[in-house]
Amino acid sequence: MPDYSRTDTLLGPYRVLDLTSELGLMCGKMLGDLGADVIKLERPGGDPARNRGPFYKDQVHPEKSLFWFAHNVNKRGLTLNIRCADGQELLKRLVTTADFLIESYAPGFLESLGLDYEDLSQINPRLVMVSITPFGRTGPKARHKMSELTMWASGGEMYLTGDPDRAPLWISLPQAGLQGSLEALAGAMVAHWHRENTGEGQHVDVSIQEAVIWQLMGTPIGLWACHGENQQRRGTMQVQPKATYPGAGQCKDGFFTGGILGGGASLHTVRTQQGLVSWMDAEGRATPELKGYDWRRFDGRSVTQEEADRLAKPILDFYKTKTVRQIHEEGVVQRRMTTAAFYTAKDVLADPQLQARDYWVKLEHPELGESLTYPGAYAKMSETPLKFRRRAPLIGEHNDELYRGELGLSASELALLKGRRVI
Amino acid sequence: MAKKAFEGIKCLDFGWIGVGPVPLRLMGDHGATVVRLESHTAPETARNSRPYIGNTAHVDRAYWFADWNSSKLGLSIDLSKPRGKEIAWKLIRWADIITEGMTTKTMRNWGMDYESVRKVRPDIIYLSTTVKGQTGPHHSAAGHGTLIAALAGISSLVGWPDRYPLSQWGAYTDMPNWRLASAAILAALDYRRRTGKGQFIDYSQFEGALHLVAPTFLEYAVNGRLMERNGNRWAYAVPHGAFPCQGDNRWVALSVGTDKEWHSLCQAMGDPALAQDSRFATFMARKRHEDELERIVAGWTKQHTTDEVVASLQTAGVASSVVESVKDLFEDDQLQHRRHFRWLLHATGEKVPHEAWGFQLSKTPDTMFAAPAMGQHNEYVLKEILGYADEDIAQLLMDKVVTTEDDLPKA
Repeated sequence: MPDYSRTDTLLGPYRVLDLTSELGLMCGKMLGDLGADVIKLERPGGDPARNRGPFYKDQVHPEKSLFWFAHNVNKRGLTLNIRCADGQELLKRLVTTADFLIESYAPGFLESLGLDYEDLSQINPRLVMVSITPFGRTGPKARHKMSELTMWASGGEMYLTGDPDRAPLWISLPQAGLQGSLEALAGAMVAHWHRENTGEGQHVDVSIQEAVIWQLMGTPIGLWACHGENQQRRGTMQVQPKATYPGAGQCKDGFFTGGILGGGASLHTVRTQQGLVSWMDAEGRATPELKGYDWRRFDGRSVTQEEADRLAKPILDFYKTKTVRQIHEEGVVQRRMTTAAFYTAKDVLADPQLQARDYWVKLEHPELGESLTYPGAYAKMSETPLKFRRRAPLIGEHNDELYRGELGLSASELALLKGRRVI
Repeated sequence: MAKKAFEGIKCLDFGWIGVGPVPLRLMGDHGATVVRLESHTAPETARNSRPYIGNTAHVDRAYWFADWNSSKLGLSIDLSKPRGKEIAWKLIRWADIITEGMTTKTMRNWGMDYESVRKVRPDIIYLSTTVKGQTGPHHSAAGHGTLIAALAGISSLVGWPDRYPLSQWGAYTDMPNWRLASAAILAALDYRRRTGKGQFIDYSQFEGALHLVAPTFLEYAVNGRLMERNGNRWAYAVPHGAFPCQGDNRWVALSVGTDKEWHSLCQAMGDPALAQDSRFATFMARKRHEDELERIVAGWTKQHTTDEVVASLQTAGVASSVVESVKDLFEDDQLQHRRHFRWLLHATGEKVPHEAWGFQLSKTPDTMFAAPAMGQHNEYVLKEILGYADEDIAQLLMDKVVTTEDDLPKA
């Protein structure tokens, strides 16, 4: 049973076994940030996710993957080969004290090893088992071969992204597994509440495809269901009946979107246009026409090409004199515009708000001889602030601590298991 | 009767679009009683956005609102009136969980911010969410998930190297943020069960979103390099992209990582000899000749329908999917198997597809019902939950404390 006397963190009493691939690492990471004792199980020699870059100082090495670092903070690490009988035996022993088990194997794989929910729940009926797969565990596509890219495509997000004259686009840092992992997190917590109230565990069956569909944010689904309109990707141009004008542009050191021409019924775009013109005016760059324009009457459907060009030109010229940080800090924060400035990692790291809120976390990597900076608490909790206890585990870092210290294996048994590549 | 995970849990939703309200949809869908507090005098953005159920513009017909607010009870009261506030306070005393997603001033102006509420309900779990959090120099910043995605550096990673970055579709950060916010709320609820202590959750959507691109910050800080948009190409696979098929704007996405998968792709294309072609025989060779390889693959896909291409590729064992439009999603047999679109009877009398969660629970499945029209459950909430008598409710209606359609802002 969990140690309920642990009240220093939100989920301190609970233990998570994380058997996921790179598709599911974020789920356990977030449970760890909430205080759970998360144990990442890797195959002997290290998890394949350690081969994904970027790498610390470009040194391609399984102990230096920055991808691995970022997705395994707050976890301990064990090596275990669950494909052999000795490994399965050890896993079952670990399951007896686990509250969650998260996995992202292909449907049917754990079943073939006798390690499916039906098997493990007999050992521990309290167990909440979370399976993260491209399509869920059953159904006509459950056994399809998929990748990050094809999952993104299957969920409709890709179709809607990109320029109309080129192929639909993904996001250059894969996101399908991340969204699936966070959907799994929400599902796991529902099952957790039920378990803590009734003692009954259950199986949480996650479909990454459905998690990606949620990323459409509903509107295009309603357009099809209610209006029979199949939304298309639009790129950055606003294509209106009488005019085409840019919806995005280039500033001094980067890019932005929105905040060029808008208004009408939308209060926030009216406010954005007003904020923009007053900002231009303060620098002597607003034309008389812009100053006199009633943005509540702006209507993209009737604006002519000539008028759109005339209005947009001084605005686009003005943005070219501003940096992305100026657009955000002066335009958005001070003047309440909703122009979206395209920050890069460099801009984010310099953001004064994050610094004022003490967001970034430094974690020591003794073997690298330095501390690295990580994104911090995803939520500020008044009673139990999220804690960052450890950097991502090294390969088998906690084998001794857990196999010997907790399961009571002897040093010679451990050596035997290691020699047989069980751990 | 299915067991409901949150039977007996009471939630109060002050609203605004997504990150505040949707965690309580999660609760309601799994058995909690959720009251959605609104006023016809100030309908929220999601109530006034296209598309509309039946293609008729009306606050009770906004699809977006419906999709994001299933399994809630609709209450419409005017909080600018003292008796409106009194009703809200009764609900605050009743609730276990409160969420709100308005500006940092709004709840304070109503006197219903966390500090005021905790005096009455010290064990309340109260989540406030804004773009950049409740404190700090930018605490009043306004925005939405599209702006936050740009700010987090996500949008910079979408696009072709020779063009402007493009932005991903939609208010991208809302969804991961409400998943994370839900976990924070549920962890806090469990903590309260163990300790009796409630708490305040200051949820900054910017801070949550940064976890989606966490490696980019390490990459910049350690290696001094910014990750950049690169079309559909990826370091670990080739070919890796979307390829055109027969028909208008029809595409298949496919990716090939290993030599074995490359041989399978050549088989599927009916050109096994290509696998041995020196331009493509190794991963590095394929990377060097990626433009050429993409042209060859597109030459094959163009001759077939999307379904034919995916069928050949899946038979051969190559990762692939139709690049699905929303129309495709509604016709997708896998989604029908999972019952992703739930056609629930809405107050307007029409069946409306509410999205199911991306997870299915084996023992406590969801018990979703349709999102409320504004104030749809006024009588139930006032009478059954708060104990008002019929004549009190009639008076509240006459005095416009309980709002109706007549109170909608005139266009």
